[in-house]
Amino acid sequence: MSRSVRVFVPRETAAVSLGADEVAVALESAAQRNHGMAVELVRNGSRGLSWLEPLVEVETGGTRTAYGPVAPEDVDGLVAAGLFEGGTHALSLGPAEKIPYLATQQRWTFRRVGIDDPLSMDAYRAAGGFEGIGRAFELGPSAVLEHVIESGLRGRGGAGFPAGIKWRTVAAATADRKYIACNADEGDSGTFSDRILMEGDPYTLIEGMLIAGYTVGAHKGYIYLRSEYPLARRILGQAIANAREHGWLGTNVRDSGFDFDIELHLGAGSYVCGEETAMLESLEGKAGLIRYKPPLPALEGLFGKPTVVNNVVTLASVPDIVRLGGAAYAALGSGRSKGTLAFQLAGNVKRGGLVEIPFGATLRSLIEDWGGGTASGRPVRAVQVGGPLGAYLPDSLLDTPLDYEAFAAAGGMIGHGGIVVFDDTVDMAAQARFAMEFCSVESCGKCTPCRIGSVRGVEVIDRILGNQDRAANLELLDELCETMVQGSLCAMGGLTPYPVKSALKHFPGDFEPRSGGKR
Amino acid sequence: MSDDMVNLEVDGRPVQARKGQMIIEVTDAVGAYVPRFCYHEKLSIAANCRMCLVQVEKAPKPLPACATPVGEGMKIFTRSPYAIAAQKATMEFLLINHPLDCPICDQGGECELQDLAMGYGRDVSRYTEKKRVVKDKDIGPLVSTDMTRCIHCTRCVRFGQEIAGIPELGTTHRGENMKISTYIEKSIDHELSANIIDLCPVGALNNKPYRYSARAWEIEQRATVAPHDCVGSNIYAHVLRGTVKRIVPRPNEAVNETWISDRDRFSYEAIYSADRLTTPRVRENGEWRDTDWESALKLLAEKLQAAGKDAGILLSPSSTTEEAYLLAKIAGHLGSPNIDHRLRRQDFSDQDNDPEAPLLGLEIAALEQVDGAFVVGSSIRREAPILAHRLRKAALRGARVSFACPEPESYHFGVHEYLSDAGLLTELAGVAAAAGCASNPSVRDLLAGVSATAAQQRVAASLSEAGSSVVLLGAIAERHPAAAALRTLAAAIAGATDSALGYVSEGANSVGASLAGALPHREAGGAARGAKGRCAAEIATGKGPALLLFGAEPGPDVPAFASEKRGYGFVAACTPFRSDALEASADLLLPVGTFAETSGTYVNCEGRWQSFAGVARPVGEARPGWKVLRVLGNLLDAPDFDYENSEEVRDELSAHLGSTPPKGGYAGGGKPVKAGAGSDDARRLDVPMYQVDGLVRRATALQRTPEAIRGREGC
Repeated sequence: MSRSVRVFVPRETAAVSLGADEVAVALESAAQRNHGMAVELVRNGSRGLSWLEPLVEVETGGTRTAYGPVAPEDVDGLVAAGLFEGGTHALSLGPAEKIPYLATQQRWTFRRVGIDDPLSMDAYRAAGGFEGIGRAFELGPSAVLEHVIESGLRGRGGAGFPAGIKWRTVAAATADRKYIACNADEGDSGTFSDRILMEGDPYTLIEGMLIAGYTVGAHKGYIYLRSEYPLARRILGQAIANAREHGWLGTNVRDSGFDFDIELHLGAGSYVCGEETAMLESLEGKAGLIRYKPPLPALEGLFGKPTVVNNVVTLASVPDIVRLGGAAYAALGSGRSKGTLAFQLAGNVKRGGLVEIPFGATLRSLIEDWGGGTASGRPVRAVQVGGPLGAYLPDSLLDTPLDYEAFAAAGGMIGHGGIVVFDDTVDMAAQARFAMEFCSVESCGKCTPCRIGSVRGVEVIDRILGNQDRAANLELLDELCETMVQGSLCAMGGLTPYPVKSALKHFPGDFEPRSGGKR
Repeated sequence: MSDDMVNLEVDGRPVQARKGQMIIEVTDAVGAYVPRFCYHEKLSIAANCRMCLVQVEKAPKPLPACATPVGEGMKIFTRSPYAIAAQKATMEFLLINHPLDCPICDQGGECELQDLAMGYGRDVSRYTEKKRVVKDKDIGPLVSTDMTRCIHCTRCVRFGQEIAGIPELGTTHRGENMKISTYIEKSIDHELSANIIDLCPVGALNNKPYRYSARAWEIEQRATVAPHDCVGSNIYAHVLRGTVKRIVPRPNEAVNETWISDRDRFSYEAIYSADRLTTPRVRENGEWRDTDWESALKLLAEKLQAAGKDAGILLSPSSTTEEAYLLAKIAGHLGSPNIDHRLRRQDFSDQDNDPEAPLLGLEIAALEQVDGAFVVGSSIRREAPILAHRLRKAALRGARVSFACPEPESYHFGVHEYLSDAGLLTELAGVAAAAGCASNPSVRDLLAGVSATAAQQRVAASLSEAGSSVVLLGAIAERHPAAAALRTLAAAIAGATDSALGYVSEGANSVGASLAGALPHREAGGAARGAKGRCAAEIATGKGPALLLFGAEPGPDVPAFASEKRGYGFVAACTPFRSDALEASADLLLPVGTFAETSGTYVNCEGRWQSFAGVARPVGEARPGWKVLRVLGNLLDAPDFDYENSEEVRDELSAHLGSTPPKGGYAGGGKPVKAGAGSDDARRLDVPMYQVDGLVRRATALQRTPEAIRGREGC
């Protein structure tokens, strides 16, 4: 065994669904046939270049050469072309880090994702892992809190509430118990950053939760993971077990005197359980119904105790904020939107994937520079940002800078950073109808506007499309949307009208009477 | 102005409010009505109906008044066009699904949705698609369901979770498929469960026995007092042309808050039972025949007159104070001390230690403020559901509430200790020993050789460590063969732990009957009788020329009285009902009115005198008890019997009692008490909840409940 080659095949849901497991098997058997070649197969996370998955990398002489997208049937040809030596092939992409899609990003939270075996404790530590919590133990809770506040980190789940302020509230609350609740119920359509992080670098999340617990005085954390992420569940579950085994979780974490443990809790397939109060109800074992606020979860959250509820990406951004200082993070971004956001490009886009960049780029730049335009090659007609309840934006608004305030001013919301692209064949009336339908399926049913408005909204849109009393029904739809926006208990009902109203506003022609066939 | 007050404006009016109060509390306080469905002052905030949206200056959206805390300088507009528009929009949504079946809905005319729809609804809906339809549930004999009418306010769900303590109803499914139901097919069985009828703002949950029998606008609402337990819950009888159609709570924060027990709500059905005695009846030569009041009363007067000092009188502890007082006066006139209302008591050995009246020892409302409570010999949820509710509130506040009872009973809160293994007497002795009563001469003998278990010690500690605490003796303790010893021990524990000693007494009016002198050893006002009479058990099993039963039926109410072995030459019964046992044992039956057909006064366990007027037309020839007794007194030539109305009876007693409140607690002490014989045979001691008196035994719907069925089978 003279030489050892490390071959990386992502074990990440998108890559696996595109055949990564089969590719890995094929590579292993090829390596076995290739006597004298010691191949170490590493199942890394995904670098987020989903359009290139399965993205195989071969490490030779300190360089990682990328190939992709690799199908199992490509493996023999690749090996023949000298894959294990970093040889050239039609699927060659050159050094992985140099792929422009990746090279042009500015990774903070996702800097380790896709590089190594996500469950390797050694790899994690070698890449600066657990230095954040180590530094936190040195600094003490209040100094850590100052760093988080200074970083300007805002909730990445969608609402964009300053994390430090939330932490400060929980830290200041007096209670016999406090909790950290990580929202990993990533239900927005077109979003996958939480998943890529949990599958690709789970220790970062664990470390972020440790720091949060240490800062606010909580000793128990919950990860509320959607059941649709079975692979993330396996990886996270193993990561938690490993962390416990290595003393990073449990009593007296690494002799710090601080106790903290994490429980992984699986959702049951409800979109609204991604709303923080419904998530808390679900965590408590109840039906996922919204709780009214106040009291804020920061004061009376899980089991009535002060609780930090943060999204996966929020918490995973913290270790490096503590390691490098709040100011380093705050130096990135624009305006009051500090740091980076991992945008997720999906829908009708040529190069779908995860793009972590500082706030401030335009939507157009993301779609064109990274996304490469539509997959169909047709012009972009509409873009939905921020999940199924985000507004539809027409081409004329694509130059809006991606920061919370600027985007809100344009009638949109960045939300969790999911970007879904539609080309000019999209029927925006159908999309508007879908928003209402989605809400009717996913509404928890607690409050009147959302429960009833969504069902009836579908019907009113149908009447409009059926050219029934159009003017009156358009007015009725407008009022129905207003009632939902004004009266709903949570953002689910409050936001559902946004895609509807934006479709009506920007694409009124799609709601015109139809004379058979398409628009 | 104190720090915890804020200044704000409601519809332009300056208002002060407590910090943290919700807007709706403030607007309610100043009379600015905000429409609402889910909000209820006794329940947690749900904020789900979205009807109470109001305009708040600078708020980007209308805010729910029920869930928005007031703030300094807040300007609230409840009736602005903006607020009204938001309220109307919610109403429009609610009416999309709510059926327009008001003409066939019992809630029609008293429906919160209907009322608000008048103010906030449109005449014609702009939504024309099908309404949502939901299958009805059978949740038992008391509450009817029309779940299509449900607007998902979840008041009923929160009632179960928060008030009853057991979530009998919940929501299943989500979105428009959300339904209110029992999670599995079952009935709702909590003793307060029917309060959800009143809580339901629409006609989804309604009164099942009352279904389709009257309309809200044709009935009269008459205040009265519930006749089954020592709480004396305040109720309204809803009366249609002289007939009681249903009973609803009459809010009284000091007594029953806004709740009543199912027993108090549904027992009215018995007023119209087929068992009602509608005319006086007399037995001649073994045959029963109708007779008229005049000859019936004449016969009774003759027999009593002849019996004189040997006459016996047994009255129900749910008799009114006036009835008890007149019976005591009649007994006095006859020269007979043989009168008693303590019908289920067995051990009278220390009756001289009875207090003037079996009082609770504190106010009902104060019960929820105690820090420690020890309930001895009571299935208090069944005996006095409202008191159990107050205790639960205390426990939720953090009070340590313990029980000693031979009967297993589940309480929907964290019970501190439940002592039942060793028998009531032994458990109590253990607690007394733990409380340090060994040197107390009255219990010294009882505590010889007793050492406390850990649980008994925890009970004693919970009382002695509590800021305020109470030891309560219930009906099982009163009925116990060793009642004297139990009470002495309880009194010793109370004394040693600085706790109040109280009674959860039998019936609605044990306190009133005691004060009125319906006792063999004491006169009205508590003075000892010169010659002691026979106590209830002795009267029931004794011999004599004449016995008068008042509101009490041999068997269930007077367990010691055996029809087949009656020792009396003549037995008369003043009773609303006939029964086989009565017909087998009596010679004369006189129909008297139920609580609904008479005026009178109940004195509840806290000593609160609650007078009421008759609310219903008497059935048949039934007459109010006090009137029957007045005529009887006249026929007996008893002096001072010329009462014009029951108030005169009450006032005479009240003047006699004076203004000093009666003493409760324990009147003994010092003298050693021996343990009586007899075990905790729970089957003899526990009277099932729906067997306590003639009314509930004949209340059809109550008798169909699982609780009643269990009770009958257990007997």
